[in-house]
Amino acid sequence: MTKEVVLLDLWLSPFGMRVRVALAEKGVEYEYREEDLGNKSQLLLQMNPVHKKIPVLIHNGKPICESLVIVQYIDETWKDKAPLLPSDPYQRAEARFWADYIDKQIYSCGRMLWTTKGEEQDAAKKELKECFKLLEEHLGDRTYFGGDNLGFVDVALISFYSWFYAYETCGNFKMEEWCPKIVSWAKTCMQRESVSKSLVDPLKVCHDFVLPRRKTLGLD
Amino acid sequence: MAKGEVKLLGSWPSPYVMRARIALNLKSVEYEFLEEKLGVKSELLLKSNPVHKKIPVLLHHSKPICESLVIVQYIDEVWSSGPAILPSDPYDRAVARFWASYVDEKFFPALRALPMAQGKEAMEAAMHPVKEGLALLEDAYANHSKGGPFFGGGQISYLDVAFGCFLGVIRVSEKVTGVALINEHTTPGLAGWAEEFCAHPAVEDVMPDTDKLTEFINRIIKMKSQSPN
Repeated sequence: MTKEVVLLDLWLSPFGMRVRVALAEKGVEYEYREEDLGNKSQLLLQMNPVHKKIPVLIHNGKPICESLVIVQYIDETWKDKAPLLPSDPYQRAEARFWADYIDKQIYSCGRMLWTTKGEEQDAAKKELKECFKLLEEHLGDRTYFGGDNLGFVDVALISFYSWFYAYETCGNFKMEEWCPKIVSWAKTCMQRESVSKSLVDPLKVCHDFVLPRRKTLGLD
Repeated sequence: MAKGEVKLLGSWPSPYVMRARIALNLKSVEYEFLEEKLGVKSELLLKSNPVHKKIPVLLHHSKPICESLVIVQYIDEVWSSGPAILPSDPYDRAVARFWASYVDEKFFPALRALPMAQGKEAMEAAMHPVKEGLALLEDAYANHSKGGPFFGGGQISYLDVAFGCFLGVIRVSEKVTGVALINEHTTPGLAGWAEEFCAHPAVEDVMPDTDKLTEFINRIIKMKSQSPN
């Protein structure tokens, strides 16, 4: 019997992890299906013909694609529990702005950092540091970006915590030195079951994927 | 209907600025349009959008809102008594957001490269992803417009605004390449939609004149070729 909610995902995808966190926050039961991106399933190709990418949320047979679109869909559909976006329009605009910033900057800078070396990597490192420092400034003294509770921006960013160790190892730096408040924020988030059960082990991401991939690319 | 002081930092050629202007027009919101000069960013812009330093920026009671689609959603939510821009059903909203994201991340970068392409081969190579994108959007229109004439059905809506703002650049590209990118033959749905969209009262005054926009884009291309920055 097909479950009402199905998630097509990849274990280490920061985009997929966002969706897992959102579903867990809302207490939604779902079927998780791991995709092999080297051999994409018929279902994935059928449900996301435009991009052929994960994550894809399938709700009652209908696909929703693009992680932040999915998270907003989850927030609006299961609206009686754990609201991710605030109710005030200005605060919602702020949250959307910063989620968009995270989308535009963190993934690409992080990817540049772990797939390059030398000057290219140094440039990526510098940019990534600036991004995290800006986010730290925006967080300020709040527990979460969402204030007292986990919100849209927290969900958008926390999935990258699984990649911090990989970034640190490849770039030879410590997030704790760059942005201690962000690290402390991440640890606070990890105390929530919705987050700790949705994110993958940072050591696994680094040792099982990133470092072997770097070797294949001839970078180490 | 206006809820306090509303200002928009922008410029007439920018499709992103147009999105905000269309949204404000749809809600009949009066606003002050502060035109940024080409090549010079105002103090107000730098102060209001320190992260990206880009237009559009909406200033509502002096509080800045940045990023065109964030602005459109903000306008929709604040002036909630006006016609709805985003559909009410969560799935329809997700579809609209998906395609708006596609337009921003895939379609416009391909479109923007087209007028810059020099030579027949480069032009043809640049044309390919644009035509592909239009075919996808034609499909989306057929699947979601529920008879049209807009992506939102009978009313102009989020995806109309998100995609329609690029019609100016599309028309310039058609003029420069001599190829009808949107036409009755390959994109009949979009052909009809484009006419309806441009004729809409919320759009007609803010859609730039094709000749004026062509001249502007040529100036940009010239500027870029003279200083490789």
